[in-house]
Amino acid sequence: MLVIEGLTRRFGDKEAVSNVDLQIGAGAFVGVIGRSGAGKSTLLRMINRLQDPSSGRILHDGRDVTALSGRALRAWRAEAAMIFQQFNLVGRLDVLTNVLMGRLATAPAWRALTKSWSAEDRAIALSALDQFDIASLAAQRADSLSGGQQQRVAIARALAQEPALILADEPIASLDPRNTRIVMDALLRINKHFGITVLCNLHSLDLARTYCDRLVGMAQGRVVFDGAPAALTEQVAHDLYGLEAGEVMDLPAAKPAYGDAIPQAAALA
Amino acid sequence: MAHAVTRLPDAQLAPMLAAYEAAVRERRRHSFIAAAVVTVCIALAAWMGEVKPGVLFANAGRLTTYFASIVPTLRWDSLGADLAEWYWNLDHWLKLLLDTILIAYLGTLIGGIGAFFLCFLACANLVRSRIIRLAARRYLEFCRTVPELVFALLFVVAFGLGPMPGVLALAIHTMGALGKLFAEVVENIDMNPVEGAIAAGASWPKMVRFAVVPQVTSNFASYGLLRFEINVREASIMGFVGAGGIGQDLVEAIRKFYYSDVSAILLLIIAAVMIIDLVTEQVRHRLLGVGGGR
Ligand SMILES: Nc1ncnc2c1ncn2[C@@H]1O[C@H](COP(=O)(O)OP(=O)(O)O)[C@@H](O)[C@H]1O
Ligand SMILES: [Mg+2]
Repeated sequence: MLVIEGLTRRFGDKEAVSNVDLQIGAGAFVGVIGRSGAGKSTLLRMINRLQDPSSGRILHDGRDVTALSGRALRAWRAEAAMIFQQFNLVGRLDVLTNVLMGRLATAPAWRALTKSWSAEDRAIALSALDQFDIASLAAQRADSLSGGQQQRVAIARALAQEPALILADEPIASLDPRNTRIVMDALLRINKHFGITVLCNLHSLDLARTYCDRLVGMAQGRVVFDGAPAALTEQVAHDLYGLEAGEVMDLPAAKPAYGDAIPQAAALA
Repeated sequence: MAHAVTRLPDAQLAPMLAAYEAAVRERRRHSFIAAAVVTVCIALAAWMGEVKPGVLFANAGRLTTYFASIVPTLRWDSLGADLAEWYWNLDHWLKLLLDTILIAYLGTLIGGIGAFFLCFLACANLVRSRIIRLAARRYLEFCRTVPELVFALLFVVAFGLGPMPGVLALAIHTMGALGKLFAEVVENIDMNPVEGAIAAGASWPKMVRFAVVPQVTSNFASYGLLRFEINVREASIMGFVGAGGIGQDLVEAIRKFYYSDVSAILLLIIAAVMIIDLVTEQVRHRLLGVGGGR
C-alpha cells in the first residue's frame, strides 16, 4: 500500500505538485492523466525520490519513504522502479549490461565496478529479456535497437530490480502504435502476473481507459479526478484537457466545431 | 520484495548465455590486446628513452642541495629587512609578471579565435569532404606539435626580442591544441538539431551557427579558460629565448647563480598561477553550472 499525504513540490514560486493525497493499494494499475505541465512527472519522480518533496510524506507499507537516506534510500529506489519516456538506457553499453544495471542496488561494489556479475544476476537479467522475447539481442549495443525494443530493455531493467512498484513516466510517448501496444501489454502482464503495482503517466485518455483500473486526473499540480475509468465523463475530460480533449480521445462529441478549429489552427501556427 | 522475473531453468539459459559470451568475447579480446600493447609500449619507451630510476636516486641529493641553496636567509629579528632584500627587485618583477599574463591572455585569445573557426572543418559529423577534414586536422596537428619555445625562437629571429614573438608562438600552439579539443566537443554533439536546421534549408555556416554553436559554447569557454591557465605557465618561460615576460629574469638568475632571486621569482610565478587557477575555476564552474538540472 502506497500512501501519499499532502505532497507538495515547489520550483521557485511555482507549485508543480500541490498538496496531493492518494492511497494506492498493492497490485493496482493506476493511470495518471492530465495535460503536459500538470505535474505528473514530478509526482512520479518524487515517489522514486529522484526529486525531493518540498513538503508532505510518502509511505510504503507504513514506512516513511521521504525520510530515507543512504543505503536505505537506494534500496527503496530499486523497489520503486522507474521507466522513462526516453528509455534512459546507456546507449554505448550492450543490452544485457543495461538490464544488469537493474541489479546495481544489491550487487557488491567490487562486482559491479569490474562488471563481474554473479551467475544469479546474469540468469535473472537474461530471463527478464527472454520474458519480452529479446534475449537474442543481449550482446547488441542498446543504441542500435528500435524505440520499442529499447523500451522493452528498460522494462527488463526495471524487472531485474525486483520492484514492488513500477513508475512509468509516459512510457509510450516516443513509440509508434504497434510498439505502444507491445509496451502497454508488457506492463499489464507484469501487473496481472506478478501483482506488481503500476503507476503510469499517460497522455492519451483512450489508452488510460483501456489498460488502467483506476485513473487519477491532475491539473495544475492538483488531483482533480480520482476514480474508475468509467466514471470519467466527457465533461470531466474537457475540464482536464480543455481544448486538447479532442486530441487525447476519439470522442464523437469532440466534433471539430467551426469555432474551435480556428483558435486551434492559430495556436499551431 | 516482489518476484518480478520468472527465472528460467539453467538448462534453458545456458545456450543464451553461450551466445552472449561468444558475441562479447571478440570485444573482450580487443580490450585485452589494447592493454597488452600499452604495457609493452611503456616498457619499450622506458628502455629506449634510457629512463633509469637508479640515476634519479643516486643524484637526488644534488637536487635538494640546489633547493637548499635558493632558500633565502630569513631571521625573525630582522624579518622585514630580509624580506625586502629577498624581493629587492619586486617592482620590476611585478611588471614582468603582468607582461607575462598579458602575453598569455593575447596568445589564448588569438589562438582561441583561430581554433573556433577551424575546429568545425575538422569534424567528421559536419564535413563530408575528406580532403577538407584531413587538411584541417593536419594543420591543427602541425600547430600543436611544434613546441612553443621553438616557434618563439623562430619569431625572435624574425621579429627581434620582445613580447610579440611570445604572443605569436602561444597563439599558434593554442590554435592547434584548442582546435583539437573543440573538434572533439563538436563530434559529440546531438545531431538532431543539425538535421532540423538542414531540413529547414540552412546553408552549412548557418547550420553551424544555429544548430552546433549553441550546443558547444559552454564547453569551448571552459576549455579556453583551462588553456589560459596553461598559457600563463608557458608564457613564464618565453623569456628564456627572449620572447618577453618574466622568464628573461628567471633564466638570468639561474645561469648567474643569483640563488635567492631564483626562489623569489619562482614563488611569484607560482602565486600568480595559483590565483589564476582559482579565478578560472570559479568562472568555469559558473559556465558549466548553467543549464544543469534535469
Ligand atoms: N526541474 C524543474 N525545474 C523547474 N521547473 C520544473 C522542473 N520540473 C518540472 N517543472 C515545472 O513543474 C511543472 C510540472 O511539470 P511536470 O511534472 O514535468 O509535468 P507533466 O509531467 O505533467 O508534463 C511544469 O510547469 C514544469 O515547468
Ligand atoms: Mg512529463
